[in-house]
This record gives sequence, structure tokens and C-alpha cells, in this order.
Amino acid sequence: MLSKRILSCLDVRDGKLAKSVKFVNTRDIGDPVVQARRYYEDGLDELVFYDITASSDKRAIMIEVVGQVAAQVFIPFSVGGGLRTVADCSRVLLAGAEKIHLNSAAVRRPELIAEAAHAFGAQAVVLSMDVLRVAPTQTIPSGYEIVINGGRTPMGQDAVAWARRGVDLGAGELVVNSIDADGTREGYELTLTRTIAEAVSIPVIASGGGGTPEHLYQVLTEGKADAALVASMLHYGEYTVREIKEYLAGRGLKIRMA
Amino acid sequence: MITIVDYQAGNLTSVRRALDHLGIPSRITADPNLVRQAERIIFPGVGHAGAAMAVLKERSLDSALVEAVQAGTPTLGICIGCQIILGYSQEGDTPGLGLLPGICTRFQFPDAALKIPHMGWNAVTVTRPHPVLSHLRPGNEFYFVHSFYPQPEDPNEVYAICDYGGPFPAAIGGGNLFAVQFHAEKSGPAGLQILKNFAEWQPC
Repeated sequence: MLSKRILSCLDVRDGKLAKSVKFVNTRDIGDPVVQARRYYEDGLDELVFYDITASSDKRAIMIEVVGQVAAQVFIPFSVGGGLRTVADCSRVLLAGAEKIHLNSAAVRRPELIAEAAHAFGAQAVVLSMDVLRVAPTQTIPSGYEIVINGGRTPMGQDAVAWARRGVDLGAGELVVNSIDADGTREGYELTLTRTIAEAVSIPVIASGGGGTPEHLYQVLTEGKADAALVASMLHYGEYTVREIKEYLAGRGLKIRMA
Repeated sequence: MITIVDYQAGNLTSVRRALDHLGIPSRITADPNLVRQAERIIFPGVGHAGAAMAVLKERSLDSALVEAVQAGTPTLGICIGCQIILGYSQEGDTPGLGLLPGICTRFQFPDAALKIPHMGWNAVTVTRPHPVLSHLRPGNEFYFVHSFYPQPEDPNEVYAICDYGGPFPAAIGGGNLFAVQFHAEKSGPAGLQILKNFAEWQPC
């Protein structure tokens, strides 16, 4: 049986960690490579780097970061943010990432998913979706709407239908990020996660809202997620990967103890 | 020096970086002569077995690999490299290199709860000790991404198994040839241990 995976996401701007992160050793503040290695050594199952670099002329820096991570971190890792073409994805994968995350660009042009899956295989293509809870309507029967541009632009599209379409187009995994839960640290959006997980045949990674190990337990059981993404819980140093994993294993989940 | 065979199948640089990290010299090549002369070969890959075989043939790497293995070169297959050493793969309905008798078959589950591909971390149990599998701990997990799995004809050629809707071979081999279905290069310290073991392995 597969273990439930614990992922963490690092936001990177111009090659530096974008969020302040609490470290034991303050000397290394801001270096995503150092932080990635720390999580790897602590037993994280997978890493996500989200490039929030605003100017396109600085995007090459991310490729350097990817190369450095690949030389030191021997678990799967993926890169998202600003990937609009197969060529963009190819650069990231050649630098050493296993997977790419497609988000807004795929909503604007769904064929991008099929093109990437054809070029790199479905296992390399993660469809990341930002979802907002709304009143159910005829076009959004699930009551979950797809939003792009970092949560700013609602698309009038049903999240469950989009998830299914993404799978049909060749996505190999889904990240379901609840905008409602994001940043609250009050728990993942269990209904949303379960609804999507039950609608598709590919792994679902829950994102947004994780504040305690109990929250991960809930989304990995009740929420039917295959994996959970944690950010602030780890970044602010309140929990280590090991503590989270020991808790989940203690609750009877199958977890990789490195 | 480990020769990594380049047949346009993905994770070559990942394997290279893992070897660099371990301080093991390596080179990546698509030259059949360098494969024939290699001291030690790693044969990695992600993707489609049929497509992989087509590229190997196009570059005359298929016969070079067969010759090298028959000449006794220690060789490690990874993922697709673990599948196409067999005689046949259902993926692309393609003959393999035939270095081990057996076939590669697709996972089939009556239970839709088991997703295909088998993707993620799963425990590997050593069923027959082998130098390449030494220094592992019981319950060590490895990273898998695959929809097909290897099935050697001879059960004695299975060295480790994994469980996904039932047991399947996760490490197979014979003589100087060994192969793992999981991605050793992406499986943390346990995976690195396997690459290190392979670099030190002296098949008799």
C-alpha cells in the first residue's frame, strides 16, 4: 500500500524564499536550497517550488535554484508558477525537477495540459487548482469555483468539472488549493478535497489550511487525499516533518519514516 | 566509472546527480561503443517501454547493451530499464532486450480505489539477499511511478517485492544484471544506498 505523502511548498521570488521563515540557524535565511535540504533530511516526501518572480527576465534564476536543489535533494520535486508553454516546462524538467505544476495558464488554455503530458508523460504533469466556495449555480453545481491569477480572477467554471477535464487531458496529479482555507491554519477544506478525490482517478494533494498534524490526519482520511501539502506549519518552525509524520503514523496511517 | 545509457528517457541527470553526490564518477552516453567498453552500466528511464525500445534500436544501443551484459559488465536497470530487460512488455506490445526471461504486465485491479499509475512511496521487502540490496532496513520505502511491473519467469530472479493490490516484483536480476522498478535516485537515503551498493558490487 502506498504511504500518504507529506509535501511542502516553498515560494521563491528572484531565487530567494519569499516568505519569512523561522530558522534555528539564522545564517541561512532566505535560501530555498538550504531550506529544501533541511526538509529532505528531516524526511519530507516531496517538495514544491512556486516561482512568484514577477519579471520574466529574472526567471532564469529559478532554473539555477532547481539545478542546485537537484544536486542535493534526492526526493521528487516539482516547480510551478509562470509556466505557460511546453518550452517553459522543459527547462524546469531538464534542470532536474520531476514534475511541473500548471495552474492559471492551463485554465486559459487547457490544451497546455495535453501538450505537456504528451511531451513529458502524465506522471510529470500536476494540475494545480485554486478553488473558492460559492453558492451553487447551474454553471457551478458543486459550489466550488475555479479562480486564477493567485486567487484574483474567478472563472465561472466548476472545480469538479475542471478536475475531470484535467484528468482527461492528461494530468497525472491534482493539487486542490482551497482559497477559503488558505492561511487560516484551521484545517483543510475537507468537503472540497473529498469531492474532487471521489471524482477523479489520479492522486489528489490537499493544500491550504493545515495548522496542526490533526488537520493532516483529517484530510488524509475523511478528505480522502493521497497527500497533504504543508507550508506555514513547517516554515514557522512550529512542527518538524518528523513530528508530523510520527503523529500520523501513531494514528495508524501508512507513512514513510525516513 | 559508471556509464549511464542515454536513450532520451527522462531522469538521466537525476541519476548523474545522485552519483555525483555519492562521489561516484559517471558519464552519460548514447555511443554504443562506450556502452560495450563500460566498466559498469546504469540503464535508467521513465516513459513508455515501446518508445524506449524504439530509441535503443535507432541508436544501436540495444545490441550494445545485450553484448555488454553478456560480457559480464555489472548493469543496473531502473524503472523502464527494469522492464525492458525482460523478453516482452505489454506496454506498446513490444519485445524487450530478452536479458531475463519474463514479461512486463499492466496492473489490473477490480478495485477502482487503487489508482494507476502506482505513484508514491511504498515499502520494499527483500525476499532474497543480494549485494545491491544490502544495508537496507526492514520497511525502507522507495519512490515508484509506473503502470506496468516486471515478472521474471524464474521466481529465483526476484530479489525484492512491493505490495500494491498484491505483491509484485520490485527488484529482479540474474548474474551481473540487476534492476529495480523504483527510482533509487529519488528515494532518499535508502535509494542512495542502493546506488552505492551497485557501484561497489562485484558479481561473481
